Amino acid sequence: MAEMRTGHLEDALFEAREIACTVNGKLYRAMAEPRRLLSDFIREDLDLKGTHVGCEHGVCGACTILFNGQPARSCLMFAVQADGAEIVTVEGLARSPQQLTRLQESFSQEHALQCGYCTPGMLISATALLSENPSPTDSEVRHAMAGQLCRCTGYEQIVRAVLAAADSDGKGGEGGNHA
Amino acid sequence: MKPAAFGYLTPRTREEAIEVLSRYAGDAKVLAGGQSLVPLLNFRLTSFRYLVDINRIPDLDYIRSEQGYLAIGALARHRSVEQSAEAARECPLLPEALQFVGHPVIRQRGTVCGSIAHADPSAELPALLTALGGSVVLEGSSGRRVADAEEYFLGYLMTAQQPDELLVEARFPKLPNGSGFAFEELARRHGDFAIVGVACAALPDGSVRLGVCGANSVPFRPLKAETAAAQGDLQEAGRLAAADSDPDSDLHATAEYRRAMVSKLVERAVRHALERKEGNARG
Repeated sequence: MAEMRTGHLEDALFEAREIACTVNGKLYRAMAEPRRLLSDFIREDLDLKGTHVGCEHGVCGACTILFNGQPARSCLMFAVQADGAEIVTVEGLARSPQQLTRLQESFSQEHALQCGYCTPGMLISATALLSENPSPTDSEVRHAMAGQLCRCTGYEQIVRAVLAAADSDGKGGEGGNHA
Repeated sequence: MKPAAFGYLTPRTREEAIEVLSRYAGDAKVLAGGQSLVPLLNFRLTSFRYLVDINRIPDLDYIRSEQGYLAIGALARHRSVEQSAEAARECPLLPEALQFVGHPVIRQRGTVCGSIAHADPSAELPALLTALGGSVVLEGSSGRRVADAEEYFLGYLMTAQQPDELLVEARFPKLPNGSGFAFEELARRHGDFAIVGVACAALPDGSVRLGVCGANSVPFRPLKAETAAAQGDLQEAGRLAAADSDPDSDLHATAEYRRAMVSKLVERAVRHALERKEGNARG
C-alpha cells in the first residue's frame, strides 16, 4: 500500500499526473488528468491528429489504435491507462509519406476511402488482422472489420483492399497473390 | 461527451484493490476492460467519484481448467477466452457465445467478468452463466464468497455484489463429453446487444439447459421449457419459455415481438444443440 498512499492527499487522485508512453516509436511525456480520454490525449496533447474521433462511445471505430500491439478504441480508454504503454496510431504505419505500407497502397488502389474519416481506424484494424492472420478469408475480413463504420464506400472496396494486401485470394489458406 | 472528473486508483494486487474498494465503498467503481463502463461515463449517464483500475493486477488474468468448471479471472479478455484451447475443450458454448459479444476490437479489450458484473439483461454471457448454473467469486473486506448466477443477477444492471467487493473470477461449468450446445441470437446488427438471445446445452444424461437474455430484467432459465426440450417437444419448449418471459417494449422491439422471438429462438437453439449432440454421439 505504501506506493499508493504516497499520494497523501486524496485530492492528488484527481489531479493531472505525468504519463510516459511510446507512440509510433517515440517516447512522449505529458500531463493528463484522469478523465482525459486517450483519444483526446493523442489528438490534443500529443498533436497527432490522424486518430479520428467519431462517436466517442466505441461504436464507430474511427479512433482505433494499437495498444501494446492489440487494437483498441482510444475513446474507451483513459490517457492515464497508457502510462508505460506502446501505442501505434495511423501516423506510425508508413515509414514515410513516400513509403506507404502494402495495405495503405491497396486502400488507394482499390478506392477504399472517400472522405477518409473512418480510414485511420480501418487501417489499424486491418493491420491488426493481417498481423494475426496473414491469409484471411473474405468472411474473416468482414468479421474483423465489422466494428468499423464507413458511411461512404459501402465497404466492398475496403474488403477488397484488405484482401489485396493479404497473402491470400480471399479463400483462406496460404495463397500466392503477392503482386 | 467527456466524463465527469474522477479520482484514479491503480492497485497492484487484489488485496490493494479490495482495500481501496472498501475505503471508498459506494463511491468507487472497478474499471477492467471499460467497454461498457466508459461509454456510460462519456455520456455522463453515470459517474463515480473514484475509478479503481484493475488492469495492473496481472494475476487476475487467467483461464484455468478446474475440477468441474472453467475459471475465468477478472482480467481475462473476451478475445483470450474466445481463442483459448481450454475454453474450446471444456466449455465450447463459451467461445460460441462470445462471437455475439460486440466486435473483435471490443472483445480484445473487454473482459468476460466485466460483462457479467455489468449485468445487462440483453447481454450474452450472463445468460450463458445462468443456463449452465455457473457462479462468480466475490472478494471483499469481509472475505471471499461464491455466488450462483441465479442469486447474483438481481435486476437491470444490478447484482448482489457489495460495493466493497471485487468479482475476481467467473466459473463456467464444463460441458461433459458428448454434449450438444448452441447459442442463438436476434440483433439488429451483428455485435449489437441482443433483442433476444438463447443459450442451450443438451447434456449426455438427456437433460437440457437453457438461458434466455433480453426477455426479462435478468437472464433466466425457463425450467418448464427445459423439461419439454428434454422430452423432445421443441415447440412446447418454445411456447413455455415465451410464457415464462416478461419482456418490456422499447425502441428495438415490442414485448409481444420479444416473446415471439423467445419461442422461436428456444426452439431453434434446442434443435441445433440436439443435432450437435447426436453428431457428437456418432462421431
